[in-house]
Parts: sequence; C-alpha cells; structure tokens
Amino acid sequence: MTAPSEPPPASSTKGKPGIIEQAKDWIDYRMPIFTFMEHELNEYPTPKNLNYWWNFGSLAGIVLVIMIVTGIVLAMNYTPHVDHAFDSVERIMRDVNYGWLIRYVHMNGASMFFLVVYIHIFRGLYFGSYKPPRELLWWLGIVILLLMMMTSFMGYVLPWGQMSFWGATVITNLFSAIPLIGDAIVTWLWGGFSVGNPTLQRFFSLHYLLPFVIIGVVFLHLWALHTHGSNNPLGIDRKSAKDSIPFHPYYTIKDLYGLGVFLIFYMGIVFFAPNALGEAENYVPANPLLTPLEIVPEWYLLPYYAILRSVPDIAIPFTGIVLMEAKLAGVIAMFGSILILFALPWLDWSPVRSARFRPITKQLFWIFVVVCVVLGWVGANKPEGWPLIIGRIGTAYYFAYFLVLMPLLAKFEKTRPLPESISEPVLRDRGESGE
Amino acid sequence: MTIVKPACRAAVLSRWALAFGALALGFALAGPLWSAEAPKPKAQDWSFNGLFGTFDRAAQQRGFQVYKEVCSVCHSLNQVAYRNLSALGYNEDQVKAIAASVEMQGGPNEAGEMFIRKGKPFDKFKNPFPNENAARAANNGAFPPDLSVMTKARPHGADYLYALLTNYQDEPPKGVKLAEGMFYNKYFPGAQIAMVPPLAADAVEYQDGTKATVAQMAKDVTTFLAWAAEPELEERKSMGRSVILFLLVLTALLYALKRKIWSDLH
Repeated sequence: MTAPSEPPPASSTKGKPGIIEQAKDWIDYRMPIFTFMEHELNEYPTPKNLNYWWNFGSLAGIVLVIMIVTGIVLAMNYTPHVDHAFDSVERIMRDVNYGWLIRYVHMNGASMFFLVVYIHIFRGLYFGSYKPPRELLWWLGIVILLLMMMTSFMGYVLPWGQMSFWGATVITNLFSAIPLIGDAIVTWLWGGFSVGNPTLQRFFSLHYLLPFVIIGVVFLHLWALHTHGSNNPLGIDRKSAKDSIPFHPYYTIKDLYGLGVFLIFYMGIVFFAPNALGEAENYVPANPLLTPLEIVPEWYLLPYYAILRSVPDIAIPFTGIVLMEAKLAGVIAMFGSILILFALPWLDWSPVRSARFRPITKQLFWIFVVVCVVLGWVGANKPEGWPLIIGRIGTAYYFAYFLVLMPLLAKFEKTRPLPESISEPVLRDRGESGE
Repeated sequence: MTIVKPACRAAVLSRWALAFGALALGFALAGPLWSAEAPKPKAQDWSFNGLFGTFDRAAQQRGFQVYKEVCSVCHSLNQVAYRNLSALGYNEDQVKAIAASVEMQGGPNEAGEMFIRKGKPFDKFKNPFPNENAARAANNGAFPPDLSVMTKARPHGADYLYALLTNYQDEPPKGVKLAEGMFYNKYFPGAQIAMVPPLAADAVEYQDGTKATVAQMAKDVTTFLAWAAEPELEERKSMGRSVILFLLVLTALLYALKRKIWSDLH
C-alpha cells in the first residue's frame, strides 16, 4: 500500500495512453488502489504447491457475498413481527418473483457457508496454518466463526416457526446459567419476560448488521494472510522465487474451477432437495404454548449442542457435594470448545507445521474429525442411553486432543525430515496429490 | 518423502474409509433413534418425485375436490388463494366460479358497514372457522392445523400424509387404551389422533369416473396438498435441470482451462 514516489510514467502500452489508462493513472497517483489490486490479486506470490483443500477460503468468501445479496433482497420482503413473520416468508415463497429461489439459496447458503468454513478450519488444523507467523490470522478466523454462529442462529429465528421459537428459547436460556446475574441477562436479551416480539425485532436487526461486521473481519483476515502469504501442504516457508507463482492466473482459475464444482453441489440441493438439511418442524408456525418433542439446532451447530448436553454435574465423588450444576458446566464446555481454538498456537508449539511430517498427529487428527462428526450425530439425539455415553467420550476426546495430546505431541513426537524447499519435491514428483 | 508410497496411499484411503464409515454409521443409527415414536411411512411413487417430477394434473384436480368436500370442513388452507388454482389447469372462468362459491366478508362500504360478498380469485381460501377457539369448540378441543405447508411441515412429508390417511385402525392393539374421542393411527406421533377417520369409500364422486377408494382419495388429496405446499416445484425442478447442466459444462471448461494454464509450470 505504498504510494508511488513520483508521478507515474505513461502507461507501458505502445503509443499514446488511452483515456481509460490516463484516468487509471490519475486515480492511482492520488490513491494507489490499482497498484494495490495489482499487487494483492494479480502478482500476489503464492506457494506453487497448494492443493484443493486451499480452495475453501475463497469459497467461503463467495458464499458470504451470496448470503448478503440474497439476504438484502429477502429483507425487502420480510416482516419482523410475531404475527406476520411466518406469513411473510410464505409470501416470499409464493408471490415474490423468484422469492422461492432467493430464499432457498439463502437458507441452504447458511449450511454451505458452515460446510466450507469447517473444511477450511480442518485444513488449517491439519497443515498447521495456525503456527507462527499466522497466529493472528487464525484468531481472526475464529472470530469470523463466532460471528457466523451468532448470525446463523438469529437468522434461523426469523421465519418464526416452531424450531425458531424454541431454539431461541433454549439458546437464550443458556445465559441464565451465569450465577447471580443470569436471569437478568436473559430478560435483557429477550426485551421482555419470554421470547417475543421485541426478541424477534432485535434479532432481525442484528442478523442484518453482523454480516457486515463479518466482512470487516474478513478484510483483516485477508490483510493478515497477505502479510506472510498462504501456508502450504509441506508447511515450510518459501525460500526462493522458484517456490512461488503469481496468484493470477494460476489460483484464480483453480479457485474458479473449484467454485464450479461447489456450485453444482450447492445448486443441486437448492433445486432438488431444498428442505433436506432443515427441520420439518420449522414449517409449523411458532406456538409458545406447545413445546416440540425434540428441540434441535441446525446440523452445523449439533456438535456444540452435544457437548453442552454431555456434561454432567461437577461433584466431589462420594460426598454428593455439587460444585457446579450441569447446566453451567455444559455452557462453559460449549463456549470453551470454540475459545480453546484461540490457544492452539501455544498448545501445539512443535516447529513442524504440516501433519504430513507428523505421523502420530496425523492419526489423532483424523480421529478428531470423526469425533466431531459423531458429536454431530449425538447432538441430534436425546441425551440418554448410547448417545449420551458416546457424547461424553467424544467430548472428552475433543478437549483432550487440544489440552493433553497436542502439548505431548509437540514435546515427544518424532517428526519426519522436512524437504529442502517447496520446489524440490514439486520438481521431483509432480504427480503427488494432496492428502 | 514426497513420493507417496503404496502403503501411505493405503493409509490415506483407510482414514477416509474410517471417516466415511463413521459418518454412514451415524446416519444409519440416527434414523431409527429419531423415529422411535412412529414407524417410518412407506415411500410412495409420487409423480412429483425425482429430477423430472411434475404434479399429475388430474390427481391434483381430484385432490382439490377431496379437500373442498372433505378436509375443508375443518382444515384451513390460509396461504393459498383461489387464483393459484389456475396452476391445476382450471381456466379463468372456472377459477372465478370456484371463488364465487364461497361467501366472504367485505367492506366497509361507503356507509361504513361490513357486508357479505361472493369470493373473488384474489381471496385466500376461506377459513372454516372464524378463530382458533371456534375451531376447538367444534372439534372436541382439538385444533385442526392449517394444511398450506403440511407436506413440508412433517418428516417424510407426502409419504407421511398418505400413510396417516390410509392407516386408521378400527380397534387399537391389545393393551392400548384410547382416550375419549381419540382414534388409533400408528403413523401419528403417540398413535392417538383426534381427527375422525376423514375418508370413507365413495366419500366424493369423481367427475372423471375414477373410483373413489380410500387409497385413491388419499393419494389425490396428498398430491393436491403437496402442490399447495410447494407450488413452485415444477418451475424449480425445470430451472434446476438447466442450471445444473450449465454448471456442468462451465465447470468442465474451467477444468480444461485450469489444466492448460497450469501446464507451463513444472
């Protein structure tokens, strides 16, 4: 972002520069926006060995844009009032031109957003993208995840179906677990003594606001990214110019190809199974007097829900003295399961980034992935019998993976030798696919 | 290390197999645990299933007749307007006649008085009851739900609706005591339902000569209600086919371009 030190020379194209070139130079001299774009989007040097797991960051950015555009159109037709919200959504589905398309793209877009972001996070975990000098980049990513969770939760409340209402009731009630001031906080969140019209209106307002906050944090995320550039599957730093290729055209075309594949999947759901990922119960209008048989969040929040409901009372054995109620302990565990990610760069201080050179880390990582999926299944079931037992084991592994296994591995794991440079193995074996 | 040995490939594959295995196990187990309440309804061969699904117009019209003559006595269809019926193949005059067959409250007129007028195509389907209390009072305390999005509002949608309508049992199984005014239907959560068995053979007389068996009427009215819940379905699927086809071609071209651009790297 450095300003050019002297007026730019005439454009390098032959002959007299055109009017557009002149205008570009005029603007660029005063605010080097074109230089900036050229530097960050075109020539931006990128490791030459990125595999397809590196596509998911740009995919997440594109889904964010799709969500904001469809969301703005939906907001033009939506009525945030308990008496009208459900009907206004049905009106969008029936009477607004292509309203059904816009709503289904938005509704399933939330699922797609979490899907690509979860893959993006798992990729960062596997290849050690959170390690120096990318700790702030990692932190900003977690902030985005937290903002996404808040946004999606409040968005799910807006259609004012049964699951909207009861999901809002359950989640806001979590804050009542806070000792002494919990109940006051819940009343404050609701704007009344139960989830009602004030709650719906403030959720609508915040649901519109937060995506723009996400955009802001995404820019910080990209700023941090472009300072040191992408990590890569080998997890070693770039040593010479040979290790890098310009972002354009190599990664623009690779990202576009990935976008095509992703859109086939996304649009397949939108057009042929638009309600497959949602709960049927949310097509029943909200009824504060009738609790659904099972209150479950959307699939992307199920693992956290499982952790919340897996934690028992924390008691001193054999005395019956309860130190902490299950509810408070569960809430702490649930928030802790995300907040713990902030500490990751210090829990795993091994200098080797990529799990490719860490044989045990690799195995434990894949167990971690399976545990997260299984916790999702647990979250969809009543917390009793096998789901409860499996949920407790899964929760224990989730925290042990970060708090116990990672520090131990950092200290004791025998890592495999790292290659000399990125281009050395790439030159030697072009055919290697990503893991 | 960069040369991936066969053993290493096998390990990669086995990890993926493990992950997907766990996933599959999860979904396999999730089914029965979720639906422990009621049996899973049998999947029917609906005309609107699949990539090329459309609504069977004749079944829709018969289903509308069943709704009009049977269901609408108790169940509202709040989100659907009479004008929407043109999608079933009725022409403008027929839609007008259908709308005019009900009486709606109009007004206020210039004198400030409400009056009764004939229904118009822009009216939403008339609600059988003025309010929920009236509905409950007329139905033994139970509230007949609105049917506008019913096939989307229940797990297994149309299959569930069909199973519910065709599986009333005269006698509950031994050991089950029915509450007063309730009927036994194993597909209803809890198996006790307040709705009187709505369909009996020849409850309606089809104009096209189709025999009005319980199964036939259930199938027809379910088709009608599936349309009421998803009136965009045909347009959605047809647009979806074009979109996916377009994306397949575009993605193939992008892949070819990617191969070409990357081919000068080594």
